[in-house]
Amino acid sequence: MKQLLMGNEAIGLAAIQAGVNLVSGYPGTPSTEVLETVAKQNDGSIYVEWSTNEKSALEVAAGAAIAGARVMVTMKQVGLNVASDPLMSLAYLGIKGAMVVVVADDPGPISSQTEQDTRHFAEYAKLPVFDPSSPEEAYRMIRDAFDLSQKYHTPVLFRPTTRVCHACASVEVKEEKIEHKPQGFVKDAKWVIFPRLTYQNHIQIEKNLRLIAEDFNQYDGNQITETAPNTKKGVACGGISYAYVKEALNRAQTHVRLLKIGTPHPFPEELALQFMEGLYEILVVEELDPVIEKALLLVAGKHHIKINILGKLDGSMKNAGENSLESVLTAIEDFLELPKTKYEPIELPPLPVRPPVLCVGCPHRASFYAVKKAMKGQKAVFCGDIGCYTLGNAQPLDMVDTCLCMGAGITIAQGLQHIEPDAVHFAFIGDSTFFHTGIPGVINAVYNQTDLVLVILDNSTTAMTGHQPHPGTGKTMMNTVSPKIDLEKLLLALGVQSVKKVNPFDLTNAITCVKEAAQTKGVAAIIFEAPCISLFKPEKKYQISDSCTSCQRCIKELGCPAISKDSISNKVVIDQSLCYGCSLCAQICPAKAIVIGGDKSC
Amino acid sequence: MLNLILAGVGGQGTVLASKLLAQAAINRGLDVRTAETIGMAQRGGSVTSHVRIGQDLYSPLVALDTADIILGMEPSEALRCLPYLKKGGSIVVSSKFIKPFTASLPGSTYEENLIWQCLGDHCKNISVIDGGKICDACGSTKVLNIALLGAASNLRQLNLTLVDLEKAVQEILPQKIHSINLQALNLGAQSARKGETAL
Ligand code: SF4
Ligand code: SF4
Repeated sequence: MKQLLMGNEAIGLAAIQAGVNLVSGYPGTPSTEVLETVAKQNDGSIYVEWSTNEKSALEVAAGAAIAGARVMVTMKQVGLNVASDPLMSLAYLGIKGAMVVVVADDPGPISSQTEQDTRHFAEYAKLPVFDPSSPEEAYRMIRDAFDLSQKYHTPVLFRPTTRVCHACASVEVKEEKIEHKPQGFVKDAKWVIFPRLTYQNHIQIEKNLRLIAEDFNQYDGNQITETAPNTKKGVACGGISYAYVKEALNRAQTHVRLLKIGTPHPFPEELALQFMEGLYEILVVEELDPVIEKALLLVAGKHHIKINILGKLDGSMKNAGENSLESVLTAIEDFLELPKTKYEPIELPPLPVRPPVLCVGCPHRASFYAVKKAMKGQKAVFCGDIGCYTLGNAQPLDMVDTCLCMGAGITIAQGLQHIEPDAVHFAFIGDSTFFHTGIPGVINAVYNQTDLVLVILDNSTTAMTGHQPHPGTGKTMMNTVSPKIDLEKLLLALGVQSVKKVNPFDLTNAITCVKEAAQTKGVAAIIFEAPCISLFKPEKKYQISDSCTSCQRCIKELGCPAISKDSISNKVVIDQSLCYGCSLCAQICPAKAIVIGGDKSC
Repeated sequence: MLNLILAGVGGQGTVLASKLLAQAAINRGLDVRTAETIGMAQRGGSVTSHVRIGQDLYSPLVALDTADIILGMEPSEALRCLPYLKKGGSIVVSSKFIKPFTASLPGSTYEENLIWQCLGDHCKNISVIDGGKICDACGSTKVLNIALLGAASNLRQLNLTLVDLEKAVQEILPQKIHSINLQALNLGAQSARKGETAL
């Protein structure tokens, strides 16, 4: 039966059918829906959790895998940086059941802070990696990944990219499901990593990688999918670029010898040799790093093959950003010396710009505004972090001066403070990010007696990635309720000087608290508590009355999407269908012109 | 092979409309690929859905100059996607503009009549749907996407009938909103047939 599935749903469903026993992960675009699919379709036999971070997720899964379970871990590419410590070691230790680590890469990048390539990581960590080119292939490959992992007792990386994760396709779904019963943990010295064990296992790993490469030579994810007897040119590609190449060849109504690589590491060398046979020039089409290109260069060098290999290294293909149908078509036309498809540029009139902004009624707007007001005229630096609140950098708030990676705002602020002690340093961090990697940074500041104002934006959810529960919400992916972690008690226990819990929509009080915190020596924390607007329905709406003087302060200082100046009447108005009734604008209007409206119907 | 682009603003149900089209096509035994370009914006940003129906499809994205149909939930978003439309392609578009959130901040001026003019200059087969009117009749602002699907069902290229779309609505949407969405679908189809608001 064919079913419309998103790439991530296909991966989740295939994992269930491959008999997965435990799934853990940390949300991150474009990987999030994999774990959510398993949780949604779970008949109760699979243990599923959002872990506090990727390192915890991988370690939880490692424990289950050495007890013989089939496990899957999900994260985005930068999450792998956090999980790399346990994964690097686990590659040496090995596992008993099967472990597939799904790491979604994000060429572009579309919603990430790096364009790192997990295929490279696989090589570095000595792990096999699968790179599906479509949702259908992702569905088929997951089972192969589990089987390979079990066969060689090694974790296996599975790396789809955004255009596979978030694309939907009609996928032929199987009914049958493997039942995998974990053997249980058997005590053995082999589960304790020591230098000597590492050395011995290293020898075995290198042997296994050669065996896996041989398996991969035969694997149907790696194929010479097209041949063209009369050309001496070939194209090699992998991932979504395979789709673009196929499409481009169809459009140009031509054929070449075409190598598709579905497992970039260990590289299927024999297949590559077959592919190169008799060719004098190859174009490599891939995204992110030149992984296939370098592998082919290596094979050519090793076997003394005289061949031109074009790609990112010689500048034939761009080395940043994602490929597109158009860019690949142009590259193929150039390479095969075909007539060029022309795009007649259309001159468009000015179109409305729609940049990402904080939502209407978003509590982060109130928090940023309170800090901005409190620090007006003083030297202050605002360190941001990863989450919706990074959008606080936009005008008119302009309240994010730095952003690096998960949890880094707290520690970056400390470094800044040591060099510029006369400024007040703020670290803004969301609740989910705080649990992820924020806590060690707070301990660092307390221990090293660094002045810092920590602002926790507690909106009771993980908003950016689509509202996953976390330790502060008390809900789990198994639909159980656990005790909420109390941020205030936690901070006090860490030795933070002062901790204030404030509703950011109580503006006067919020400003006072920020001023006090800025005067405090050591670490002062403010917890701005107000739920994300996606968690409730508005109870009231605000309107602008006739006493409005059109000073536009509400527009210029807040940037709430519901407030605008009507182009016809020239009046400042609040869109009643948008307003979330947060009251922030009413509190700052000098003419007291913003009042609760009567119309609740929208 | 049929290529569609659905263009709208976050919150208008662009992605849901593409799901309904895809389901209707699958029910007909056709293969489908879809993808979205959404970016970081949650609400109020531009959303483009790509839907491809037919055999031998590889890419989930539609190439420039190859879309048979653009479904615009909003006129300026339809225009933004114009480079995708192939020569002789059709546009079905809602007449109502959605002001960007940043309209009140400097540097974001645009003129509605220029947008209409440009659409008209480049596409001869445009049906403009008074989506607001249909939403009023149905008593919900949320059915605009469905009304546009209804309107699109009149296009011969689409190869999916009103009945196909009705079935998809019933399969995918929760039962309690079936009747209101079926109504929107039919009103959309009728309004396009009458061509009441053609340019
Ligand atoms: S701040 Fe008050 S007076 Fe000024 S434009 Fe807004 S509503 Fe009118
Ligand atoms: S009360 Fe004012 S600031 Fe709050 S959502 Fe409504 S218009 Fe926006």
